[in-house]
Order: sequence, then structure tokens, then C-alpha cells
Amino acid sequence: MRIELTELFWLDQQRDFSLGDIAELSGLPETVLRALVDCGALTPVDPAATELRFDADGLLAARAAYRLREDFALDSQGLAVALTLLERIHDLERQLGELRARSPRRTGWQ
Amino acid sequence: MKYKDYYAILGVERGADDAEIKKAYRKLARKYHPDVSKEKGAEERFKEIAEAYQTLKDAEKRAAYDQLGRYQPGQDFKPPPDWRQQYSDQPFSFDDIDLSDLFAGLGGGGQRGRQARGKMAMPGQDYEVSVHITLEEAYHGIEVNLDLTVPEYDKSGHLHRVPHAFKARIPKGATDGQRLRVPGKGGKGLNGGRDGDLYLNIVLHPHALFRVSGHDLYLDLPLAPWEAVLGATLEVPTPGGSVRLKVPPGTRAGQQLRLPKRGLPRPRGEAGDLFAIVQIVVPGVASDQERALFKQLADNSAFNPRAHFEQEAGHAYRTD
Repeated sequence: MRIELTELFWLDQQRDFSLGDIAELSGLPETVLRALVDCGALTPVDPAATELRFDADGLLAARAAYRLREDFALDSQGLAVALTLLERIHDLERQLGELRARSPRRTGWQ
Repeated sequence: MKYKDYYAILGVERGADDAEIKKAYRKLARKYHPDVSKEKGAEERFKEIAEAYQTLKDAEKRAAYDQLGRYQPGQDFKPPPDWRQQYSDQPFSFDDIDLSDLFAGLGGGGQRGRQARGKMAMPGQDYEVSVHITLEEAYHGIEVNLDLTVPEYDKSGHLHRVPHAFKARIPKGATDGQRLRVPGKGGKGLNGGRDGDLYLNIVLHPHALFRVSGHDLYLDLPLAPWEAVLGATLEVPTPGGSVRLKVPPGTRAGQQLRLPKRGLPRPRGEAGDLFAIVQIVVPGVASDQERALFKQLADNSAFNPRAHFEQEAGHAYRTD
């Protein structure tokens, strides 16, 4: 079997996904993506711009939305609530991780 | 081909109706869905649950599954001789496929669905894989071998499970929770559809000394009381090797001494910082000489670490 070295892309450095890109990469139709943007569950890089562009967080959120929609048969409203709560959980987990990293692990006894 | 008991996976009887199957799936999905569950092994468990539900929720697929017969989970089996004529237009070999592959072309319009699949461009499936690496590997970058087994149709339309093995270089600067995209390394697209992508989720092993927050690192720095009072120059470990750190006199417990750019490198831009968190550590058992010296210090020092207690108490008395 041929083993080749494959090129990888850091997702958090890609900041240039169009609505079409996100639809293709996530599997969600553009109409659903627009509905998620309209209710604030999916945030484009520049909400005021006429053409919607997304960063890697947008792609990851859209992929999660696709899984939730498929696996729980959620409508756009349910999807928006689930995505908003997931984002809050991720944010809290990140803060908790930071606090744990900053908290000393050892006691003052040797 | 290994048998899977889809009814047992969903925890329902063989005669369960559609509503019972849906209810069982929803309950298990809420518990094990990888986007909402933190249970160990949730992702693998959910894959089984989703596969069972995909087959049992569809009348045609469920009938085809029931016609396979009953075996022990994990037991090698082949479908009955007339099964293929009745349910499949695919010339399966039955050896190098998964049970779920048998039902992939069924349902959703039966024969029509199968004909549609024969013509429509369909994108390949995306896959997500967690890659566990050490802090040292994240610091230096590492080549990892990735092995996936994915369903693929060959040129004559036969379905096989095909092993994909490739090497990927995770560049230095990876940190916990970061994602990498490997374009085109997921499942093969059909009829001109794009190949799926592979997403790698970086998971850092916990380190004995360093705790990770983004690209910054935190290290507990134990100091003897006299080192904290007098100051000291110490050797401190970093992922790039030991460095000398000057601890200023009068350093207090909990203070963070910053070592700029000694954390994890970033793929672009400056490396993160390393923070040494000071702890004042006392010997559990002091020698006679140490005890005598501490006694001498206690007798001669005017230092009162609880002066603020008295201030607060006096303040409380005045306000009454």
C-alpha cells in the first residue's frame, strides 16, 4: 500500500469560507444556514457585509448543526437554541480549562 | 461479515413498533450524541445507535434486516441464498463489507433510490478522528500514521471496505482542541461528487509538569521559604529545555513569573508564554538544626503575616 505524506490545514487559520463553501462542507442547505445567521446562532465574520463570509468556527458550528439536525430531526428554531447552548458550554469549558491551568496543583508540603 | 443485533443496541424487542423504536433512539441519542455527551466512548456508542436506527426506522431496510436471520453479535455470517435476489442489486462479496453497507442502497424509494444513486453526483462522507499527542510532540511537530477503513465502490460497482493508510505531518504549534482539515481524505465521492474530508481533532495528553491553556503553559514552582525571601537563580524546565530563572527577593506564594515565548509555538506569530506559579514549600520533617534556625528567626522577626486580621477587627469594632 502506498503511504504518502498528506498536507494538513489548520482550521483556525482559514477565514475565508463563503456561504456556498460552508453549505458544501457542512451538508446544510444555504436556506438553513441563512436562517441560523438571521437568528444569531451562526455568526459571519462581518455581519454587516452584503456577502456572508465565515471563519473556521463558523464551519465547525455548521457541521455540528448538520449533525444535530440529522440525528435529532431538529427544525431551524430548535437548531438555533441547541447551537447557542453548545457555544455557551464550549465557552464555559474553555474558561474552566484556563482556570484549572492557572490553579496550583501541589500543596505547600514537601 | 459480522452480525450486529440492531434491536439489542436500541434496547427494544424484535416486535417493537415504529414509535417504540423512535422513542428508544431519541433517549439513547440524547445520552450518547458526541455533540452533547461527555460520557466515555459516547462517539462509538452513538455510531452503533445511529446505524441501528437508520435501518430499523425504514420499513424496507428493517424487513431486509429481519430476513438475514438471527445470530450472536459479532458472529460471522452470510445472508440466506435468496436474500440477494430479493433485496440487493449489488454484487457483494459479503467478506469485506460492514453490515450497514448492505442497507445503504435500500429504502428511500427502493429500486428508484438505488437507480438515483447510480446517476447522481454524491459527495463522499466526512470523517472525524481524534489524534492524541504529547506536549513534546505538539512542541516539535510530529508525523502520525492514520488508518481508516471506508466503504468504496470499485469500477464495476462492487462495494468494499477499503483500508486507507497515510501519513500526516502535524506541524509544530498544535494545541488541545485544535482542528485540522485533510481535504479529500474522507470517503470517495460518487459519480463526480467531491471526495469527503477528514477532520483531525488534536487531544493533548496531560503532562506531569506543565498545564496547557491555549499556547500558554503553567508550571508550579516550589520555593523554600529562604529562596522566596532572599531571591534565587534557579533552573526551570521548559518544553525547549531548561532555562535559568531569576526569582526576585520577597517573592510571594501565588505570584506568576512569566517566561516570555517559552510556551507552545504558534503556527504563525509568536510562541505562547510559560508562567511559573510560585509555591512556598516547607520541609515536612525539619532537622534539629533547621528547627533551631527557624526558632531563632521566629524570636527575632517582627513580621506579622496576619496584620490585616487585626486591622479588619479594629475596623469592625469602630463601625458598631
